[in-house]
Amino acid sequence: MKILLTYSFSSLATYIHNLLAELITNSLLLQVTEMVILGVSLIAFLVVLCFFLGYMERKVAAFMEIRLGPNRVGPKGSMQIVADTLKLLLKEGLTPDSADKFLFNLAPVIMVIGSMMVIAPIAFAKDFQLYDINIGVLYVSAVSSLGVIGILMAGWSSNNKYSLLGAMRSGAQIVSYELSVGLSLISIVVLSGSLSLGDIVRSQENGWWIIKGHIPVIISFVIFIIASTAEINRAPFDMAEAEQELTGGFHTEYAGMKFAMFLLSEYINLFVVSAVAATLFLGGWMPFHIGGLDGFNHIMDFIPSSVWFFSKTFLIIFIIMQFRWTFPRLRVDQLLTLEWKYLLPISMVNVILVTVMAIMGWHF
Amino acid sequence: MFLKEYFGTIYKSIKSLLVGMKVTGYYFTHLDEIKTEEYPDNRATLKMFDRFRGEVVMPHDDNNEHRCTGCQACEIACPNGTIKIITKQEILEDGKKKKRIDAFVYHLDLCTMCNLCVVACPSDAIVMAQNFEHSVYDKKQLKKILNQPDSKLMQGVE
Repeated sequence: MKILLTYSFSSLATYIHNLLAELITNSLLLQVTEMVILGVSLIAFLVVLCFFLGYMERKVAAFMEIRLGPNRVGPKGSMQIVADTLKLLLKEGLTPDSADKFLFNLAPVIMVIGSMMVIAPIAFAKDFQLYDINIGVLYVSAVSSLGVIGILMAGWSSNNKYSLLGAMRSGAQIVSYELSVGLSLISIVVLSGSLSLGDIVRSQENGWWIIKGHIPVIISFVIFIIASTAEINRAPFDMAEAEQELTGGFHTEYAGMKFAMFLLSEYINLFVVSAVAATLFLGGWMPFHIGGLDGFNHIMDFIPSSVWFFSKTFLIIFIIMQFRWTFPRLRVDQLLTLEWKYLLPISMVNVILVTVMAIMGWHF
Repeated sequence: MFLKEYFGTIYKSIKSLLVGMKVTGYYFTHLDEIKTEEYPDNRATLKMFDRFRGEVVMPHDDNNEHRCTGCQACEIACPNGTIKIITKQEILEDGKKKKRIDAFVYHLDLCTMCNLCVVACPSDAIVMAQNFEHSVYDKKQLKKILNQPDSKLMQGVE
């Protein structure tokens, strides 16, 4: 029990590092080996995570629509997603004759790389972070918009009117909503005084920002959730795909493994957005602390930090999934009205409010 | 005035979105409301609805008696010739000749379950059954004779 409580990912990482340092004496080789191990384990983690998210999404969707969902393959249908992946793997990866073949095959790769890169500065547990870059928030908001290049590339190179329409819609959508996402991130940067995600988590030791920053931070949290749902092209903002209008949008022409890569990047994006929201607003791996109540804080410390991080992340993932299965899709003009007339002015005023609050010290 | 309308819109839209999320959240937390049935597994306990129309049957009582007088109202009412009634002359005990059915032929493969024959029947001789597993390997098995062999007309129907 004692071991379980004190166990953390950082001790595991240190242990592996020491083990490898004994085996490999060349420092460059050691570094390369560790990077390869890190990359492979990250990809394995993300694939397993996407399996789980795919299963979770189908079950959540089913329960919200008063259905049972997948229930045949494996216990409670949990192996259904493995069967689907095998099916996609065995399918022919067709490239249309008139497509731009190089760009067509490059687009899914760019999508996956773009969404995987955002994982780097996120702290999964206490002292367990791939890369504590000191401009973490800037990095996240910059790299997360790389995905639109992949979408535009897929839409253009498919040489198909539906793909192009979907890609263009997605371009307009992501460029608009990027602003609100950025402005709501800024409000937390103003309060914590740092761009590093590690520092932002540490600044929430005496309470999460959503509690400490009260109303203005709650507003920016809501704006962040709405705008990032739009940024990752999920319903009700899934104009880029819009099955009923565009037969799949930018990935109309894709099949087999290339299509699976789009799905993979969609689920990684979902995880990343939720993880960023959990880190900035809900304290990342930081346990629930109330300033002054030392006994209570001590009990909360017994829950491992990775459990805190993942439970917060999955709470936000669940909320975003509930959006998808509750709200109808917006029209393009409604989408842009929502951003430019409502979210952007409100988040601008909100940033001013947060700044005044931070200067006057009105937060807890 | 503009501001009032602006914030009114925000208030109304957030409220309506929350109402929607409340509904889906209710269903997510109340899994006993699930309507889906795992059909082949629950065959033993499956209960079909009274108004479900599976196929036309002719109920017989314990004495092997049915209520069909052979008036052919159902045959006329049927829009696609599913029912064919073959009649015969029967001599009753008091020496009178009477028209009775020889065979109530029902082609299940032609039937659209429109229920018009049941509505048309003046003596409630036929009803719609709730069974639905009609698959067979031979099309001939779909031609059914609804009256049982040696069955008689129930007393007092005519």
